[in-house]
Amino acid sequence: MIDLLSVDFMQRALIAALLVGTVAPMVGIFLVQRRLSLIGDGMGHVALAGVAIGLVSGTAPVLTALLAAVVAAVVIELLRARGRTNGDVALAVIFYGGIAGGVVIISKSPSGTPANLMKYLFGSILTTQRTDLYVFAGLALLISVTTWALRPRLFAVANDEEYARAVGLPVLTLNIVLAVLTATTVVVAMRVVGLLLISALMIVPNAASQLVARSFSGGVRWAIAFGLVSSVGGVALSYPLDTPSGGTIVLLAVALFVVTAVVTSVMARVGGRKHDVAETHEHEHGAECGHPAVTHGDHVDYVHDGHLHAAHEGHYDEHGVHQDHPAPRGPETASTGPAGTTSGPTTGSRT
Amino acid sequence: MRSAPLVSRDVAPSDAVLTLRGASFGYGDGAVLSDVDLSIRKGEIVAIVGPNGSGKSTLMKGVLGLNERVGGTVTLFGTDSAEFHDRARLGYVPQRHTLSASVRATAEEIVATGRLPRIGWLGRLRATDRQIVARSLDVVGLADRAATEVSTLSGGQQRRVLIARALAGQPEVLIMDEPTAGVDAANQHVLADVLDRLVERDVTMVIVTHELGALERLLTRIVVIDGGRIRFDGTPKAYSAARDTVHHDHDSHHHDLELDGHHPSLGHGPLDVDHTDRSRP
Repeated sequence: MIDLLSVDFMQRALIAALLVGTVAPMVGIFLVQRRLSLIGDGMGHVALAGVAIGLVSGTAPVLTALLAAVVAAVVIELLRARGRTNGDVALAVIFYGGIAGGVVIISKSPSGTPANLMKYLFGSILTTQRTDLYVFAGLALLISVTTWALRPRLFAVANDEEYARAVGLPVLTLNIVLAVLTATTVVVAMRVVGLLLISALMIVPNAASQLVARSFSGGVRWAIAFGLVSSVGGVALSYPLDTPSGGTIVLLAVALFVVTAVVTSVMARVGGRKHDVAETHEHEHGAECGHPAVTHGDHVDYVHDGHLHAAHEGHYDEHGVHQDHPAPRGPETASTGPAGTTSGPTTGSRT
Repeated sequence: MRSAPLVSRDVAPSDAVLTLRGASFGYGDGAVLSDVDLSIRKGEIVAIVGPNGSGKSTLMKGVLGLNERVGGTVTLFGTDSAEFHDRARLGYVPQRHTLSASVRATAEEIVATGRLPRIGWLGRLRATDRQIVARSLDVVGLADRAATEVSTLSGGQQRRVLIARALAGQPEVLIMDEPTAGVDAANQHVLADVLDRLVERDVTMVIVTHELGALERLLTRIVVIDGGRIRFDGTPKAYSAARDTVHHDHDSHHHDLELDGHHPSLGHGPLDVDHTDRSRP
């Protein structure tokens, strides 16, 4: 690792990887939520046209790519909002027009070799310039601040667009902002991940995080963790292995997803065995149900016919027999610690 | 604030929550629902009943501004709906299938989105907002499931999450779309108890449904819509008297309605607990 850090281009690639690994999953979770997992892919296609124009005209490809992707993002959201049945086809025209235009224009540029094209499509640790890095850092900061500030609203719109509209949230504006964030992420990621694989770093860490998370905020944290491990790990591995960094990053993300899937399903099977569900009854426990409430560790149990019932997911867990009840003595009995025969998980201890 | 007073029949404009006059709603060219006159006052518990495709959902979405108004006027809290921007005053409870499970989210996170229209563009939920969210969950009986992932909740519980979300915006009227559809009998009674609690808090409710079911005992008024028009508008008593003349083959079961003296506890405070009359299994 010391070796890696002493190489100049590796330093830059690793910093770029840190930025991408943080930002891509943050934006990606809203795409997963809106079931638009593939939209980042399309924006990568359009960004290629921007890169090509930059190479031919001699301007910085990062800026032309940003411009192309952002324009495409706004057009896509407006098309989607109009709700025409051919909106989907219009997206396909934009996306394929973008990549086809990119390939053709690049072939006319002085640096338009197939090897050069491959770097843009699949990522390379060699291509991140020092000036790029400042731009990427600025953009990454912009993306994370915007995403953080708008997170509750982006979540609300992606969760239930009709409701958001009914209560007067600016749905179209928020959707356009998300599209522009996606386009900007594509550009930040284009050097190390590559334009064809970018979408994977937005989506795959989220796919893995959804297996472990129990809440939206937990989902964001896990996704960033998976994203950082894949992007930094992928860049670090691509140097000794001499592989394209984008492919290495995505393979690592996919491997993390598979491992997480196996581990969580094994744990669910083991956990499920000692999980004891109480008999169903028609009412819900609460302040008005008449059953005494006792605190039990980090949660509240209700004493139902001498048994402790704890809310878990859609049902109640059986938390054992309560010695002091049914004689109702109120919540203060809790401090003595009810029922040693606790079994099963409780809602409170899950995160 | 208030535009020219639209006095409609016996309704004083000051307590009119929503008033429709000659309103027609639809999509593009065709009106699904035409020429509706309807006024709902504060404190009313109105069921809008009709078979599938009768236009009742179109009416509700029209009031919420979710589809096109083809003609007539809609007045919300005395303001013409075109100029009405404080939409959080209308608490919308959609059908459960909108509680998407594409990503994990806790009941609390979903309910917190209902608070957003009440805070500024870049504002975050503050302690008071969090308290209101917690209170909303408590009212619907889900306080101990605040941190539970919503997709693991039962259908009836998910329905109540959506009610809590609307309550978090502190609306003046709750507009509910098919709250009982797909909820089993036991959970319908839990739901009716929750709505009971809301009635005690003077929440005005508009319930769009194709079956009255367990909710029938709560209602003060029933509006029947069929074929894009209002066919009946009156008290549950008048409804049961008129049942034979009103087309209602969608609603096969019917109980005696004890409407008079139905709200003995209207004066109670929001967190009063004295439901000793309920028998629990």
